[in-house]
Order: sequence, then structure tokens, then C-alpha cells
Amino acid sequence: MHMIESGNVAAATGVKLARAGVIAAYPITPQTPLTEKLSEFVASGQMEAEYIPVESEHSAMAVCIAASSAGARAFTATSANGLLYMNEQLHWAAGARLPIVMCVANRGIGAPWTVWNDQQDSMSQRDGGWIQLYANDHQQIIDSVIKAFYLAEFVSIPVMVCYDGYLLSHTYMPFEQPDQTLVDGFLPDFKPKNALDPENPSNFNTVTLPDVRPDIHGNIAPGYMEIRHCLHQDMRKAMMVLEEIDMKFQETFGRGGHPFVEPYLCDDADHVVVSVGSLSYHFRDVIDLLRKEGVKVGVMGIQLYRPFPDKAIVDALQGKSSVFVFEKALSYGNQGPLYADIKAALYPCDNKPAMHNYILGLGGREIKTAQLLETVRTACSKPKWLGDTPIWLGLKCQE
Amino acid sequence: MDQERIEIRWHGRGGQGAITAAKIVAHAAFVSGYKGVVMAPTFGTERRGAPVFTSLKISKNKIYDLSPIETPDMVIVLDHTLLEEVNVTAGLKKGGWVIINTHKPARDYHFEGMRIAVSDVTTLAREAGLPQGVVNSGIIGAFSKASGLVDIDILVKAVEEEFRDKKPELNSASARRVYDRTEIGEVR
Repeated sequence: MHMIESGNVAAATGVKLARAGVIAAYPITPQTPLTEKLSEFVASGQMEAEYIPVESEHSAMAVCIAASSAGARAFTATSANGLLYMNEQLHWAAGARLPIVMCVANRGIGAPWTVWNDQQDSMSQRDGGWIQLYANDHQQIIDSVIKAFYLAEFVSIPVMVCYDGYLLSHTYMPFEQPDQTLVDGFLPDFKPKNALDPENPSNFNTVTLPDVRPDIHGNIAPGYMEIRHCLHQDMRKAMMVLEEIDMKFQETFGRGGHPFVEPYLCDDADHVVVSVGSLSYHFRDVIDLLRKEGVKVGVMGIQLYRPFPDKAIVDALQGKSSVFVFEKALSYGNQGPLYADIKAALYPCDNKPAMHNYILGLGGREIKTAQLLETVRTACSKPKWLGDTPIWLGLKCQE
Repeated sequence: MDQERIEIRWHGRGGQGAITAAKIVAHAAFVSGYKGVVMAPTFGTERRGAPVFTSLKISKNKIYDLSPIETPDMVIVLDHTLLEEVNVTAGLKKGGWVIINTHKPARDYHFEGMRIAVSDVTTLAREAGLPQGVVNSGIIGAFSKASGLVDIDILVKAVEEEFRDKKPELNSASARRVYDRTEIGEVR
């Protein structure tokens, strides 16, 4: 069935179809309509779940941690400063290997206050041990939410589904709503490997020492470093799992096929634009115009950011003349995070492309097709290294 | 209008339902075969009574550019008093439509090189039985009559679907009534 709704409603519908059992959230623009919709679903009986309104994002994540530890399918959502406020609990959820799913409606971070879109919030969480998926349109939002529960529960790692605030969260567009019976057949029930059980008491996540030590049965149990090594190994393995889940999803629903990166006219391209989220789709209009001018250029969207799909990225980009990375986030004092990651992935290659890093759209600064067209056209005409200093697009006055 | 993409800007006041009106047209356009429909409200902070606008893009193909409309083919004004506060024709393409809810006749308006359509939606909606000030279903009739983009029968169905819990038959009656009583002005 087709719906024309906002991205937030697409996300909420995905959570309903996935039959999340516990939802805890605190409202923050532009995520608020998503959790409002979920509370509506629960209150009207369309969704059988416990909706727990909390007094802060930190508590929202704490409730999800508790619910997930007890074996419930838990969900929350946030944006910007709300995401940062739950930061300590985010690291805990990952370390405790709890398969929580969270939507992040991407918004710039204060100070100064902004409610508008960029991707600094979730990008700054890349090292926390969460899997990060990015959606380019409403179809990808609803599909990713359903896949995210599968992935999280299969690998016991929490998953963030990120989508651009306002541009996707508040914009209405058509998308296909997956059939409930098909979702039920696709997504297995959540059967936690370890869950709180009053009949069988146990301690979770107690203090570890720098070295390994015997457990209560006298067996040598892993220490902090082994447990963290395991998280890293499982993060890397999650890519293979995501690929399989994506294939299964495609068989069931007929959509998917790009779990890591989504290329558009990249095969024969000399130059490739790389971006994340709705901007990578916006670039398709730019690519079409440049192709008409005879410029061999394509665009690639990054669908999975953590774990970093370095192999897929290297396969797509090595041998190209140039790669232009456009980002709505910045590691202040260095470069865009995606640019730095892609450059590192390409380091071992013999035929490295020249690379440019563009920073744009911070705090909702408008991004226009004409501006992108002019920038990419000029870049393609001089595909040389310009040094690593990011180029800021759309600045209107010198501060 | 047979161009690839049609861009419509809706001007209203916060709380007046411009977003709902645009959403109804988006649904009806999609049902009519437009695969690309994207509706984007003013991003940010809306207040009741303050001027707001909503962008609606309609295309035969999927739309990838989500940026706000700059050069609309059509502007729809839910409240004629907005003309004193907002430059509603900003960026409007030459020969584009200005559709206004107003009690004044079309000859009272002068938009150089633009086409004009007017209807007293406020009065007609009340005559259809709706409470005072509900104009977002009615204005859709004026949109259909002036532009001919989406058939009135499909629009009326979409109105009834959107207002299924809120007097659907009065809202659709209002749209039809406005459709029948929309005055198309001379191009000046």
C-alpha cells in the first residue's frame, strides 16, 4: 500500500510494523512527530507496546537499556543535543551489546541554537560502537527501520537509523508501506541470548579488571579488552550479516540491493561525488545535468557508515580520476569525517583519485542545485589535489 | 502545463491548513499518475496566524531535489490579507497562476504577466456547512478549476479521505462549490 506521509511517520510506521515492545522517548525538534505518532499508535491500540514518556534523553536510553536487558524489543528516537545528552548511555548500550534501535532525525548541534538540518549529531557518535545506517528517502527510512531490528538482534549491537531533519523528517513523499504479514515473516521474534530472569538471577556488566580473571565457575573469563575486541570483531562481521538481511529483504519486498553504498552512474564515471543522506539523491539532478554537458561524473551515497564499508568504497572509487566528498559535518580542526575515512581507505591503492572535501548545509543553510552544479563542474575541470583543507560552500559573509 | 515538473507554492496563515490542502493535492496527483510528489512545509517555527508557506512539487518522475521552490508555476493564497504582508508572487514564472481566496473580483488584482483566479472560499465553505474559517478543502476546487492539473473528482475523493473523521461530505461539497464558482481573470 502506498502512503504519502512525512519521513517521521514513515519511521513510526516501520517501528509499528516491527512490533517494538517498549518505546521510551523525549521530544526534540525535528524528531518529535515520530514519537508523537508512536504514542498515538499505542494509545489507540494499533500497537501493542509500552510507551514510556521520560524526562530526558538520558533516561530514554536508560529505559531502552533496561527493557532490552529484560528481553524486549526497544526503540527510541532523538536529534542533535538530545542525542548528545544520552551519550554516556549510548556507549553503555553498545558495550552491553543490547540490540536497541534508534532513529536520529539529523539536526545541527548548539551552540548557537539551530533546529535545522546537518549531520554533525550522528556523525560525532561514529566511535561509540553503534551501527549507523543513513536513509536517502522515506522508502529507505521505513525499510531501514525494519532491517535495523533484524540486524541489531542478529549481531547484538544497537543500530541508529539516521535521516535528515526537516528535509526528510517533515517532507511528505510517497512510499510503499510493507505488508504486516510479510514483515512478520521476514523479521524473526527477538530471542535474547541473555536476558534478566528472576528465576535465574545473574549479574550483567559488572566491573572488569585490566586482566582476565576466573568467573564463579572457575573458568577464565574475558576481561575488558577481550570484550571490547569482541565488539569490534562483531561490528566488522555485521557487514556480512547486513548484506544477507538486505538480500532476504529484497526477496520478500522487492527493494534493496545497496546495503553499503548506493552508486548512480558511477561505473563509467571519471569523477565521483560522495555524500550521505538526502543530499546524495539531490546530487542525481546535478549529475543528470552534467552528463548532458558530456562530463563523466556519478554520485555515490553512503548507506552504512559504521561499520565502515571500506571494501565497497575502495572497489567503487579506486582508479577514478577524482572523488569529491560533500559533507554536512566536520571534525573541527581537521576535515570532514567521511572525507578522512574515505582517504584512509584509499591509502593502500596504487591508483588513488585526487580528492576534494566540501563542507555545506550546516545548520540548515540552503543547498541549491545551481550551486552544486557549478561546484562539481569546476571541480571536474580541474581534478587535482587541493590539499586537505575543507572548502566551505555557501558562506555569505566573512565573520 | 506539460513541463516535466510543476511547482506550487501555498501561502496561508499558521493553523489555516495550507499543509493539509497541499497534502490532499499531493495524494490526488499521485493517484492521477504523477510518480513524483514532494510536499515540504516551511522548515522551522510556525505560529498560529503568522504567514506560512508550503512547497508542492509534482512530476511524472521521482523527485530528488528537496530544496524549497524558488520559481513556482503557481501560487495559491488561502487568505487575501496576506497580499499586504507577503510578496506572494516572488519568483513566479511568467504566465504563472495566482489563485486567491478573496471576496473581491479578479479585475481588482493586477499581477503583471500572470494569470489570476479568484473565489470567495470563506463564504462558499460556510454555505457548504463548514464552520467559519475552514478554507483548506474549498481552495482545492479553485486549484482544479484554474490549473486543470488534477481532475476535480479525484481531488474530491482525496478531500473525503483526508477529512474522513471531520465532516468529509461538507468538505468535499465546499471543494465542488468553489470549483463551480471560481472566476478566471483576464491576463494583463
